[in-house]
Amino acid sequence: MSKFDFPPSIKSRPVWGTLEPRPGAAHLFIADAHGAEAILDVATPDLMAKGHIIYIPRGEDFADKLRALNPAQFYEGPSYAAAVSRIRRTLEDAHMGTQVYLSGTEGLMGQAMNEAMQAGIEYAAIQTEHRGSIARRMQCVHCKGITEDVETDPFVCSHCGLNLFVRDHYSRRLAAYQGVRVDAEDHGNVPAPKGIYE
Amino acid sequence: MTIQFNDETFRDDYSFHNSQWAIDRFPFPFHEDSYMYAVNMEQHRGGPEGSVYEKRFDVDEHYVAEMRDRAMVLADDPLRCQSLPHMTLAGWDLLELIMVSKSEDYPDLFELHRDGDTWRWINKPMGIDDTFTFLDETTLPYGPMEYITRQAQGDFCVLDQRDDNLWMDAGMVTTQADWSLDFDIGMNFFEWHAPVPLAHEKGIFKRALKFLLNIQQGAPARRLNWTMTVNPLLDTSPENYHKWGIQKTTLTPENIGAKQHLRVELQTFFRLPRSNALVFPIRCYLCSFQDLMTKPKWGRRLHRVVRDLPVELATYKGFIDNRPMMLDYLSQFDDGLPTSPGVFPDEENTPPLSS
Ligand code: HEM
Repeated sequence: MSKFDFPPSIKSRPVWGTLEPRPGAAHLFIADAHGAEAILDVATPDLMAKGHIIYIPRGEDFADKLRALNPAQFYEGPSYAAAVSRIRRTLEDAHMGTQVYLSGTEGLMGQAMNEAMQAGIEYAAIQTEHRGSIARRMQCVHCKGITEDVETDPFVCSHCGLNLFVRDHYSRRLAAYQGVRVDAEDHGNVPAPKGIYE
Repeated sequence: MTIQFNDETFRDDYSFHNSQWAIDRFPFPFHEDSYMYAVNMEQHRGGPEGSVYEKRFDVDEHYVAEMRDRAMVLADDPLRCQSLPHMTLAGWDLLELIMVSKSEDYPDLFELHRDGDTWRWINKPMGIDDTFTFLDETTLPYGPMEYITRQAQGDFCVLDQRDDNLWMDAGMVTTQADWSLDFDIGMNFFEWHAPVPLAHEKGIFKRALKFLLNIQQGAPARRLNWTMTVNPLLDTSPENYHKWGIQKTTLTPENIGAKQHLRVELQTFFRLPRSNALVFPIRCYLCSFQDLMTKPKWGRRLHRVVRDLPVELATYKGFIDNRPMMLDYLSQFDDGLPTSPGVFPDEENTPPLSS
């Protein structure tokens, strides 16, 4: 799958990179869906000998290819929520010099980045690469509920039902963009939804 | 002077009002007939007697009513006050700064009696008389920052300083111009300013941050910011925007003078002694257009500023749709005569409006 070129944006919005192999005591890969392709691109036998892959397929079938890389440890989880306690534990146990590689959707990278920072992993030891869906993880500023995988602007808050427009303002602590009522100044006047980058 | 505290509201029936005293001392933010973002900072070392710049923390006739409004906002939404765990010491620093400043600057309203770590704080306008142990959280009904900012007008951001940046790691934010502490907490100076148009490109935030990082204890600074608010609503939060946004559409040519308010923030910056944090009080002053128009200089100038403000700023500040109606109203108070430099109304030297 080709990589998406995010348009330039405001300073709170994260900028994703491209994974590259780095020397390290251990290598932790956390990916979802097409994020697997970034791992396949960067993997070397050296990295995999000290590698731990945590993968959430979300309906994609890259798991066998990742397993075939022969990482020292491999885990496949059904969802981020199911995997998060394992991610936390792995990060807590991480030794100095562990390199962290995050790839896939913004929601996955943002949340896992947060876990890594909270576990005290140095920012410089964390790499990211966006692959696959360009959907956003959104927080409704009104009810505070998070709606995952938002593809359109505006969208309906999955918690309170308000029609929200998609801002670029991003909170790393919440790993979410901000959603704000789109028809607050003209109740009921909700524009037809279109793709976020259209 | 003794202050007569207003019995008034900032919601529902909006009985908020400014006395002649409050209008005369309103911090009109425009020193010339146009406005653009700038690194507009100066030392906060007092100002003309009776002005809002005179005291370290200005107390005015809205004090008691504003504190009542804050308590209501917090009861509805406790997330308006947050402090990350490492910020408690900064909270004590802030409590000390406010208690010492207010008891020195307003001895008839506030008293602080210190006997070692045992402190007695008397806040007469709010009927508070508490004795507690400094630096012992269990002796206060709230954390130190929340305790003291429930008794101080304006919002407060407490910034941790590290990695040559400032981090919004604590705050009490109930009278904000449409931004969310709950969303922004933990962000750095550039991240929380991300939505502001034009200023990043002008290098304003880089220069402003450099200035702030160097603020020393005992040498506070200040600046003004402004926006527009329909109705004297203090809680223009994004959290409640789905409720108040619609009020912007209730302006008519008949009610605009009373309903449309210029909202000015007196922002100050103090270095805190123990934590080395920076505290950023954001004090909000509201004044209706019709009260502003009683000062001929302000009437002429506000018209020119609003008329010539770049679209990006009018949009960001949320009044682009109402600008034409504002200009219809304000143009009646602009006869084209020149205005004197500076923010003060300068009534002795200002000719009355020619009809
Ligand atoms: C460390 C203290 C400061 C804090 C906590 C702070 C916080 C904020 C916040 C939360 C916003 C709203 C952003 C949004 O739209 O979400 C804002 C706006 C802004 N800030 Fe600051 N700020 C600080 C210092 C400064 C300084 C020193 C300057 C000096 C140039 C500045 C210039 C601005 C400007 C120009 C805006 C846009 C305001 C408008 O047009 O209404 N800020 N600030």
